[in-house]
Amino acid sequence: MVSPSGRRSVLNWLLGFWGTGVFGAVVYPVARYLAPPDLPEAATLSASAGSARALLPNSGRVVPFGSRPAIVIRTAAGELRAFSATCTHLDCTVQYRPDLQRIWCACHNGQYDLNGRNVAGPPPRPLEAYDVNVKDDEIAIARRP
Amino acid sequence: MWARLRPWLDERLPLADLTETLRHKTVPHHRYSIWYYFGGMTLFLFGMQVGTGGLLLLYYRPSASEAYESVQFVVTRVPFGWLIRSIHAWAANLMVASAFAHLFSVLFLHAYRRPRELTWVSGVLLLLLTLAFGFTGYLLPWNDVSFFATRVGTDIAASVPIVGEGLVRFMRGGNDVTGATLTRLFGFHVAILPAIATALVGFHLLLVQRHGISVPPSVERRAADDPAALRAMPFLPHFLLRDLFAWTAVLALMAGLATFYPWELGAKADAFAPAPAGIRPEWYFLWAFETLKHVPPTVAGINGEFLAVAAMAGGATAVLLLPFVAGHTPRGRRLVLWAGVGALAFMTAMTGLALAGAAP
Repeated sequence: MVSPSGRRSVLNWLLGFWGTGVFGAVVYPVARYLAPPDLPEAATLSASAGSARALLPNSGRVVPFGSRPAIVIRTAAGELRAFSATCTHLDCTVQYRPDLQRIWCACHNGQYDLNGRNVAGPPPRPLEAYDVNVKDDEIAIARRP
Repeated sequence: MWARLRPWLDERLPLADLTETLRHKTVPHHRYSIWYYFGGMTLFLFGMQVGTGGLLLLYYRPSASEAYESVQFVVTRVPFGWLIRSIHAWAANLMVASAFAHLFSVLFLHAYRRPRELTWVSGVLLLLLTLAFGFTGYLLPWNDVSFFATRVGTDIAASVPIVGEGLVRFMRGGNDVTGATLTRLFGFHVAILPAIATALVGFHLLLVQRHGISVPPSVERRAADDPAALRAMPFLPHFLLRDLFAWTAVLALMAGLATFYPWELGAKADAFAPAPAGIRPEWYFLWAFETLKHVPPTVAGINGEFLAVAAMAGGATAVLLLPFVAGHTPRGRRLVLWAGVGALAFMTAMTGLALAGAAP
């Protein structure tokens, strides 16, 4: 013969078990639903970056590199260089500042030199450098192996 | 007609109870009473946002290819579309300002004291929700400033250890700010946040009704010596009419702002364009933006951004739990007062620096 209080505690336990089960069965799929699925993307290895002649000395151009932006600059000395255009601080897109002769991020005033090194402001890391090749006036930029 | 309808309604609705309660409701009347109007003002502006937001929904299209054009259509082709959109934008800003004024007045008048702890907690949660409304609504026109503001705002979460990357993906609906982010923030802005806010506003108002309006300690002390010094004003109609007058004034102010300073739409977002020069967030996030600008990349080997974010999260938690951590002695209250003044001074100074600092 089970005492009423013993029966009550069994029922309470069952009620708790039931409640936890329902809660988990609702929360788990919702939590998984909220996190977006991984969409594997083919790693971009190279991209075209437009006409070389049109890129004047001491200027820059932001171009698509896969789903991310890249920046191609022609230094005042005429040399072409390319970097990832995503600021390493908080993900803004950088631009070339002819007056500073530096790569500059408008969001928090971060600055990189012409080698992509973070030289002023909050950026914690340098910009990733890409290889630059020119063929028939067409600039091609490529991720370094 | 009303004479016949009234008994019919009375039999079915608790109208008599309601009017009886309202007839007895009073509001303390003293030198700080002006600050009592900011709660109602915030509620009025919330109502404006629900109304104008519902109207904007009739034309808005939440996709990266159509959002900007649909807002452009609202402001250029839809009759009074410019007015509705500008009022939605201006009322959002005034609502944040009013909510902050409400928070600081409750803080400085020590209205968070027992038994109003939960009123304070629900109020702070409502302020955070208001900021979340601002953040999620900002991207919806899909212009270049809002695009980069959202990239920065969501990337800040990446500095949180362990769960940071997951948080960023949760907010962006992927690795980058794309059309998926727009759809996601739209869902938060028009469905999930309003549902939570409505429930919380109901809870907050229920508690305000339950506990009545708090009287500041200084007024309480004076009333202890001279009970006649504690005057009160009937809520109906005296306080309510004053409320309505203030709301009408703000409505006129918003119409004026919307007409003479219409909210800019800017250029359409372009993922492959540099961040525009002079970009900065809305004024209520400026102090945080300026702080992030001055934090060095690493401090004593720790990621500087993480330190700044941790300090802000710590501050927000302290504000949320204020009634439970603040001492309820005159000394404790002085401490709260100075902490409040300090926080206000820091936020004002940082905002001033951000406004003064032009691009190099």
